[in-house]
Amino acid sequence: MADMTVGALLRERGVSRRTFLKFCTALASLMALPPGMGGAIARAVERARRPSVIWLSFQECTGCTESLTRSATPTVEGLILDVISLDYHHTLQAASGTAAEAAREQAMKEAFGHYVLIVDGSIPLGNAGYSTIAGISNAALLAEAAKGAAAVVAVGSCASFGGLPAAEPNPTGAVAVSQLVTDRPVVNVPGCPPIGVVIAGVVAHYLTFGTVPELDGLGRPKVFYGETIHDRCYRRTFYDRGMFAESFDDEGARKGWCLYKLGCKGPVTYNACATTKWNAGTSFPIQSGHGCLGCSEPAFWDVGGFYNALSVTTIPLNKPTGIALAAGAAVGAAVAIGNRKKQADARKGHQTATLGDLEKQS
Amino acid sequence: MTVTSMELLLWARGPGFEAAVVIFTLGMVWRLIEIFSLGRKPDLSLPRERAGASGMNTVFRRFLFPPGMLRRAPVTYLGGYVFHIGFGIVLLFFIPHIELARGVVGFGWPGLPTPVVDLVAVITMVTLVVMLVSRISDPAKRLISTFEDYLTWALTLAPLLTGYLAYHHLLLPYQTMLAVHILSAELLLVAMPFTKLIHFVTVFPARWYNGDLFGHKGVPS
Amino acid sequence: MSASLERGVALFKEAIDAPIASFFSSCVHCGLCAEACEFYVDTGDPKYTPIHKLDPLKRLWRQEYTLVGRIAKALGLSRPITDAELAEWSELVYDSCTLCARCSMVCPVGNDIAYMVRKMREGMAVAGHAPEGLIFATTRTINVGSPMGVSIDTVKAQIRHQEKETGEIIPLDRVGVDYMVLLSSMEVVNYPEYLGALAKIFKQAGVTWTLSSDGFEATNSGIQIGVSDLAREIVQRVVDAAEKLKVRGVVSPECGHAYTALRWEGPNLIGRPYPFEVVHIVELLDRLRQEGRLRTSGKTDTPLTFHDPCQLVRRGGVIDQPRNLLREVAGDFRDVADRGVMNWCCGGGGGVSTNDRAEPLRLAAFRQKKEQLDAAGVSTLVTACANCRVVMEEALEAYHMEHVQVLGLTELVAEHLAQAEEARKAA
Repeated sequence: MADMTVGALLRERGVSRRTFLKFCTALASLMALPPGMGGAIARAVERARRPSVIWLSFQECTGCTESLTRSATPTVEGLILDVISLDYHHTLQAASGTAAEAAREQAMKEAFGHYVLIVDGSIPLGNAGYSTIAGISNAALLAEAAKGAAAVVAVGSCASFGGLPAAEPNPTGAVAVSQLVTDRPVVNVPGCPPIGVVIAGVVAHYLTFGTVPELDGLGRPKVFYGETIHDRCYRRTFYDRGMFAESFDDEGARKGWCLYKLGCKGPVTYNACATTKWNAGTSFPIQSGHGCLGCSEPAFWDVGGFYNALSVTTIPLNKPTGIALAAGAAVGAAVAIGNRKKQADARKGHQTATLGDLEKQS
Repeated sequence: MTVTSMELLLWARGPGFEAAVVIFTLGMVWRLIEIFSLGRKPDLSLPRERAGASGMNTVFRRFLFPPGMLRRAPVTYLGGYVFHIGFGIVLLFFIPHIELARGVVGFGWPGLPTPVVDLVAVITMVTLVVMLVSRISDPAKRLISTFEDYLTWALTLAPLLTGYLAYHHLLLPYQTMLAVHILSAELLLVAMPFTKLIHFVTVFPARWYNGDLFGHKGVPS
Repeated sequence: MSASLERGVALFKEAIDAPIASFFSSCVHCGLCAEACEFYVDTGDPKYTPIHKLDPLKRLWRQEYTLVGRIAKALGLSRPITDAELAEWSELVYDSCTLCARCSMVCPVGNDIAYMVRKMREGMAVAGHAPEGLIFATTRTINVGSPMGVSIDTVKAQIRHQEKETGEIIPLDRVGVDYMVLLSSMEVVNYPEYLGALAKIFKQAGVTWTLSSDGFEATNSGIQIGVSDLAREIVQRVVDAAEKLKVRGVVSPECGHAYTALRWEGPNLIGRPYPFEVVHIVELLDRLRQEGRLRTSGKTDTPLTFHDPCQLVRRGGVIDQPRNLLREVAGDFRDVADRGVMNWCCGGGGGVSTNDRAEPLRLAAFRQKKEQLDAAGVSTLVTACANCRVVMEEALEAYHMEHVQVLGLTELVAEHLAQAEEARKAA
């Protein structure tokens, strides 16, 4: 199947030219490319060989796959899954057991150097036994698969940054893909889960251009992760005017006011949720009345509580302040004793001044 | 391994803030005891009572311009007021700061709209620059100014400037800029007990002593 | 014993207290004290910035009474106080400061800078850095009884002269009367009419009074040079004389620092409250006016203004009384801007007029006073301090303003005593 062109496959599947061009134009706008690029994308995709995709799932909850595949109507996500040759995917593949592993090994050999490696889930370094596939440790499987990968995409926060398994105290020693794959760029597509169409868009970019999109300092495609939720949030005017929901379901909450005080991490979270939204643009957490958890940022489980406002400190201060007060009083008391003694000694040792003391004896 | 911006922000919001509050608290208690330990001899002369002449009176009266002085030093007086009030507004009436206070002391208060605070921050920073120019160009100020004056000026400007840059997403990526802003505020906290910045507390006993010394003689100062 | 740096530093240590520590901690180097000080405003020289005059004392406070300072000193990181430095500061502490305390009124953080300068003088003097003129005046006061060398014989001569002039008795060494009256040497020598005025006023008001041959001198050079031990010796003479004569009160004359010395510093110098009251003559006159015992008639029509002596008004608390009295006897009173507790110093208080090397500076500092007078548009200036009078007369001459007349308030009041006016009308 992998030797068919994408264009041929789509025609075989009965996807009309019109639908196909609409898809390419949608892709172009999704990636903030000029509308005219839709045609260029169409030409490139049509002629492209269906790329082989190996999808490895490690310590994950399958939420990323769910995000990609939950669609009620034919969507970009769905088309991508049709366009690529998904040669290995635990959840979606029909095969299992040794047959599945054999399929994987064959695909890796045939398409060595050309396949796209997608990873979701974190890799446990604490004890390989925490997560193995067919007896092979995640780390070993990743190392082997990465060798022949043209591009490595870490889908979801677990693969991108360690995710939930890496939350304190990180009992499995979970690490991100980019910590183990260091000899080639890893595209991080974080989110818990990432927006389905964002995953699709990254793959589509690779299909079209054969390169990974421009990445930010954390390896995330700037086109989807270049703005914070806060800067694109429709409730931003309420933030700027100081109109906040004080508790869930209070008057402010029902009026749709800003959720900053309820712990929204929008200001420090880079993702496309506020614009692209979820479920084909239906809604996103804030719109549904819950603050952003910051799930596309590293260590979002450990940044001080989902319901504490961003400017709240993460360490309780009562005890340290009490200790500081006592310590300050102790230091102060010690200095005070010294001061009073010195002052008293000076006054006790006062030599009554006489006229003769006004001039120096030469 | 390099520190990510989120790790820096987490440190600033966590251990950094804790350390700053501890050093500030310890320092303030120590320094205040140090000052008052020196005591004051009682005044054996017969006092003269006069309404309006007392320590408390002077604590409040010194907020006003003494008669005839405003025209002699308008930049110092007006700049001083605009700076202090502006800094106070930015510190106390910016919503995220109020939430920070709520987390620390358990209660908050109403704030001002963010664009208003933003404008006040700009005015405050401009005023700080004006005050610096005045300090350098006025002969009396220039002579008595020390390294500490310039250091505290920079420490005071830094949170305003970095806060402004963070809010407007300038210079550094937001999370880093925010971390730098929080760290600059922590630096200011740590410097307060050990520099002239302690005046934000000692101004009250100092004015009180002044009013009491003058008030004993029946002079409203 | 002789002056030495060690003794000076020891006295600095004694003098520093909680107010001074608060003041030094709070100073933000705003320079507003300079804008209130005539020595800076009239010369433009920043070294006369009031808080700058205290630099050595501030450093000593840090080195001795703060933990950080003590650690720095132990590590050899702090600059010690040197004799050369104190010598350099002599001009700042003695020539460019009259202890007028205008700076203390304006400091935004509440520093009482004059309070600190007074205390710094304790150390400066025994370190040998007080000005020659002041040392000389203090020596004469201690040894002879008066800074100008005025003896009881000089006083007796003036008594006789004034008795003849006024036809009134001027009592000496009377026991159990209302008030013992003090004089400043300046008055005895330059303005003896003061004594005659007192005689007339007290006669009319029915006040019993006396001078004392044991304690007639109000001037206290010890206060000016800033040595409490010497100030104590001088003030003790007055206290002893008053107690010996068993008077109800002591009247401090038209002098500034004498009032400060006796009324405010005295009890603290001798370590106990007085068994008698201390009033400034202006205080007493206003009290008599309120009680209806001082009756005046007629007013001077010459446009005139009042110069508030610093130690009497701003530092003494006798604020309203001068104008209360002037309202009775002045028909065309024109007040100056910056009046009352904000008045500008004559430039010669706090020992500056006794300090010859400070004369050029003192005259330069008069410019604020001159501007006040020019603005008020008067050529008669009334005041209630003999030192202010002499200093201003000299300064007016230096500024070619000889047409301006300086009068004493007590004499002006005496001129308008009811019977004096009647006698004048009859003549």
